[in-house]
Amino acid sequence: MNDPVVAKRPARSGASGAERGVAAAPTASEAPIPPTPEAPETAKAPHVRPGDRIFRGLATGSGVFIVVLIGAIGLFLILQAIPSLGLDNVNFLTSREWNTTDPANLRFGILDLTLVTVVVALVALLIAMPIALGIALFLTQYAPRNLARPFAYVIDLLAAVPSIVFGLWGLFVLGPVLYPFSEWLIENLGWFPLFAKGNVNVQLGGTVFTAGIVVAVMILPIITAVSREVFERTPTMHVEGAIALGATKWEVVRTTVLPFGKAGYVSASMLGLGRALGETIAVAIILSTATASFGWSLFDGGSTFASKIALAAPEFNDPRSAGAYIAAGLVLFVLTFVVNAIARSIVAGHKEYE
Amino acid sequence: MAKRLDIKDLNLFYGKFHAVENVSLAVPPKNVTAFIGPSGCGKSTVLRSLNRMHEVAPGARVEGKVLLDGEDIYASTVDPVEVRRTIGMVFQRPNPFPTMSIRDNVVAGLKLAGVKNKKELDEVAERSLRGANLWNEVKDRLDKPGGGLSGGQQQRLCIARAIAVQPDVLLMDEPCSALDPISTLAIEDLITELKKEYTIVIVTHNMQQAARVSDQTAFFNLLGVGQPGQLIEVDDTEKIFSNPGQKATEDYISGRFG
Repeated sequence: MNDPVVAKRPARSGASGAERGVAAAPTASEAPIPPTPEAPETAKAPHVRPGDRIFRGLATGSGVFIVVLIGAIGLFLILQAIPSLGLDNVNFLTSREWNTTDPANLRFGILDLTLVTVVVALVALLIAMPIALGIALFLTQYAPRNLARPFAYVIDLLAAVPSIVFGLWGLFVLGPVLYPFSEWLIENLGWFPLFAKGNVNVQLGGTVFTAGIVVAVMILPIITAVSREVFERTPTMHVEGAIALGATKWEVVRTTVLPFGKAGYVSASMLGLGRALGETIAVAIILSTATASFGWSLFDGGSTFASKIALAAPEFNDPRSAGAYIAAGLVLFVLTFVVNAIARSIVAGHKEYE
Repeated sequence: MAKRLDIKDLNLFYGKFHAVENVSLAVPPKNVTAFIGPSGCGKSTVLRSLNRMHEVAPGARVEGKVLLDGEDIYASTVDPVEVRRTIGMVFQRPNPFPTMSIRDNVVAGLKLAGVKNKKELDEVAERSLRGANLWNEVKDRLDKPGGGLSGGQQQRLCIARAIAVQPDVLLMDEPCSALDPISTLAIEDLITELKKEYTIVIVTHNMQQAARVSDQTAFFNLLGVGQPGQLIEVDDTEKIFSNPGQKATEDYISGRFG
């Protein structure tokens, strides 16, 4: 995003030809190359070397390309979704119904999809955030150096495991293991809506609970990796300042590492949340589809946006039905966009360390 | 308060590298001792070993004794955290905690030591800021972040933070090297005042500064690259700068070094 601005700067300061001496002063500290002395003579355009021009073109091109690409994706989703949205016989945002088998009578609403998507992602985030924080602090503050590196590689390897493997593991290993625990929760804490008996057979393990745990494992590496890098960059002078005041290890972490890394940790978690919201195949395999609608229980089944779309892919033979799913995809697109925007604004709010 | 330090046969290592060799030196109480010498001679390393900051670096090792009023701070029963609470340190670059207010920065050490009483903390904050000649400049913005102050003010804030816990000894590692001449003067005046109450050890690259603020001066040197640094001589500052006992000292202070 910064590239075009930087690239434009020489042109701008050159245009203000006469008061160049004044204008150049503040720019000089930021621009890596100081303004050339012959600039005042060439009032129309400053001399630009070919290498500079080519690199600027490439950099600007890349920047523009990605913006155009995202815009094009958004536009595609909107254009494809609008006709079907017009044919929808129920309210798209508030209906829990999803029936697209008859293209002449489309009835689709995203309320259930949104709830299941968000709850699965939040469960995952709630589990992954503290664990990732612990791992990142362990790796940067406590682990011996020769252990920290291989350990970090192992965590990163988790990110390389294909989604489908996580899905199979969740379905065949984790689901059955969780069953007794789930049953216990339902029996003893069932009065609390989150632990109420759900709308699917809990013995099969295809619940929001299982999916949330699996997704938590999947987003653990990204949150850990980003947090670790941020914590590692805590300025030594602040760490030493705390140590010299007689801070213990934990107090050093509390007074310097955590305040310094807080913004990075939150945005790392938001990156994880973005991934959790969009996670497709693992969730599609794990979650049992339910006939009853989502009732705020961890032991409900259902579909997330992504799993719904993936499972329905074979029936995209009518553009009207397909449009319904594209509309759902559009909502997911916007949702992840909003999450990332929130992450950005949180990071921007913490500038003490600049 | 204001205890004496006796360094006995101190050898310092970074991994296999022998950084400083056989340093023995006495630091009297309520007195300013300056460490001077060329870069890499180990004067900062020696300073950092006096409050057990040296061992924070990976692989760093200490041999020998550092006695604080007769008690070895490297004895196996001594907790390094306790040592650092009684021997304060000010660093080369001002390092107030950026997320903390000015007031919280000053009392950070006390809070770590478990003091919670707000009235007491406020009193200590005022006393320390006055002690660091900073009170009048910041009294109206104690709740603003410490990072908003100028470099010189930040360094005085760090000194206030160090003296807030009323340390037995105050260590300063080139405290003025990142400051302009006016701020430097303010810090030097402050050092002269602080020595009425504290034992001070200061590392400096600025020989005029050593001559101005210190009572005794220790000159460190190294024989060659890769060799350990050594203490060449230590004596009254006046004597070191007028009539040093060693040729190397004379060469260094008269600018003929290297």
